[in-house]
Amino acid sequence: MTSTYAHAPGFVAGDRPKIVTSRFEFADSYTIERYLATNGYAGLRAALSQPAASVHDEVKNATVLGRGGAGFPAGTKWGLTPQEVWPRYLVVNGDESEPGTYKDRLLMERDPHQLIEGCLIACYAAGLSRCFLYIRGEMALAQERMATALNEAYAAGFVGKNILGTKFSVDIVLHWGAGAYVVGEETALIESLEGNRGMPRLKPPFFPAANGLYGQPTIVNNVETLANLPWLLCNGSEAYTAIGTKTSPGTRMVAVSGHVKRPGVFEIINGVTTFRDLLYGDEFCGGIRNDNKLKAFVPGGGSAPWFTPDQLDLPFEASQVGPAGSMLGSGAIMVMDETTDIPAAALTLTRFYAHESCGKCTPCREGGTWLERILTRVVEGTGTDADLDQLVEVGSSICPGDFPHASNADLGLAAVPFPYKMTTICFVGPSAYAPVHSALTLFRSEFEARVTTRKRIPVTAAASSTTGHAS
Amino acid sequence: MSRLTDANVAIAYEIIGRYPRPKSALIPILHLAQEQDGYVAQDAMKHIADLVGVTSAEVFGTASFYEMFKFEPVGKYLLNICGTMSCALMGSEELMHHAEKRLGIKAGSTTPDGLITLEHAECQAACTEAPCLQVNYRYRFKMTPAELDTLIDDLAAGKLADEIPSHGVLATVRQHIPADRGVGAVAPEKVNESPEWLDGKSAL
Repeated sequence: MTSTYAHAPGFVAGDRPKIVTSRFEFADSYTIERYLATNGYAGLRAALSQPAASVHDEVKNATVLGRGGAGFPAGTKWGLTPQEVWPRYLVVNGDESEPGTYKDRLLMERDPHQLIEGCLIACYAAGLSRCFLYIRGEMALAQERMATALNEAYAAGFVGKNILGTKFSVDIVLHWGAGAYVVGEETALIESLEGNRGMPRLKPPFFPAANGLYGQPTIVNNVETLANLPWLLCNGSEAYTAIGTKTSPGTRMVAVSGHVKRPGVFEIINGVTTFRDLLYGDEFCGGIRNDNKLKAFVPGGGSAPWFTPDQLDLPFEASQVGPAGSMLGSGAIMVMDETTDIPAAALTLTRFYAHESCGKCTPCREGGTWLERILTRVVEGTGTDADLDQLVEVGSSICPGDFPHASNADLGLAAVPFPYKMTTICFVGPSAYAPVHSALTLFRSEFEARVTTRKRIPVTAAASSTTGHAS
Repeated sequence: MSRLTDANVAIAYEIIGRYPRPKSALIPILHLAQEQDGYVAQDAMKHIADLVGVTSAEVFGTASFYEMFKFEPVGKYLLNICGTMSCALMGSEELMHHAEKRLGIKAGSTTPDGLITLEHAECQAACTEAPCLQVNYRYRFKMTPAELDTLIDDLAAGKLADEIPSHGVLATVRQHIPADRGVGAVAPEKVNESPEWLDGKSAL
């Protein structure tokens, strides 16, 4: 059992370009010795051999999309800081906790120096004078590996004062959380890093690039995003954009879990690989367990509206998945086969988001809890058909208007494109509704079979039927 | 129980020194208190308030937001069974029922001998290895009821003491920035010019 802990499983290598997982095959991938023996810190040297502005241009030219969920290009994000306001900070979002997602944990556990090098390149390019690496509290091994790697990197002169003997100086401070999903939202992450309750801030005015940590310009980047930078600086933006598509260059880490034969985390070619490849391809998951039929899948983390087999041929490309009614989010696919109890599956996600609501916005705090309670009684068989309407009513208070969903040929449904409107500051509220809405839209009959027909009697109708005497 | 020991106060000051504002050190120092006592004691929070320069109510205000902080003693081992979607699809409910039956307690409570506190946890970022669980935040993957029994036996027999430290200990390695290598933390209002390396020339 010690060995499984020491070398966490999950990642599946393949005969594909490796940008962020090139060292994963080595048992000692997390050591500085291995890192230096495999081109480690060469990207930093390449960066420091150019003026900072040209490193920034290189990242812009490569269109490195943010890998945290929103998919905003990192180079553009770095450019959003206001002119001549100093100091500026880098905050690394390693608070990975979206259901279905894990890639940042592997990147921190298995190649911590790659992340450190990525942080240094970002700080150099964007003039960020201090870096805070925020790791999820529950990830003890990732914290340990990052602490060890940082101690090694300081000793070797890669981090701290006068890096590699140059004028470039930056500290990387290891910080860790204490269990709160919402802290993965960038403004909540900053609140938490300031020592407060991790509640999101209103945007505007609190766009981190302008008004972030301690009110200063702050760049918040995801672990995987930064892990791309050493390779990019070593190989150049042309080599980077030669992989993947024009709008989604490079690779992406994707975790596929649930009812597949070989669940795993894969580094895939961005924008090209389809969901069918991932679920059925021999180099990926190899099909549904027991060769069962696929019922539905969540394409981009627990917050994403669900897809059915109708969407299998879509590529892992935001510009196609959005119009089809969902999002790629954090690169997590959860697969449900034909044996899945859909209302119960939706409940596991809604319960998660209701539980993780920070309580700041009423529609999320109250609405999430209502959704969970109503859905619970439907799943337990004590719900009524009025409950199904109530779920939609509560959901509409969190997300007014049409909620995105996929098309479905059998049901004659046309897709409603992503995104949704929302009455909350962050995405936790809508995320509680997403699984309910998807499940109800695509599998309503399963809900109807669970509830008893017991129409609510409106109070006014009952009152008008009386003759004036209390009976 | 107690205030931070002198050794831990020294560590706390080192942590505080890394941040431009001391309050940022709150969560790491709360973890330090939990590492010392197995939970976050009231006296520890008062002590932390003094160290960081905020009120003890502010310390509790922050601490109470985060699920990992416990304000009463828990078992030596905190057993967190994940119940979010991927684990649920792969049988985590059965695993939780088995754990409750085997330990004779409900999720959210501690065995009478103080060895194990059982909790229902949310996604632990090991979804392809479902169902998974953590013991004091150390993973166990693809768990079956039989493997859970073995795990509980091993914990009771003290066989896993080397691998799994007692509750409150996260990373067993701390970051240490050598005095001659660190840039140091400066309050943001004391900085008003661009970093030296943004002079339009390459650094190397």
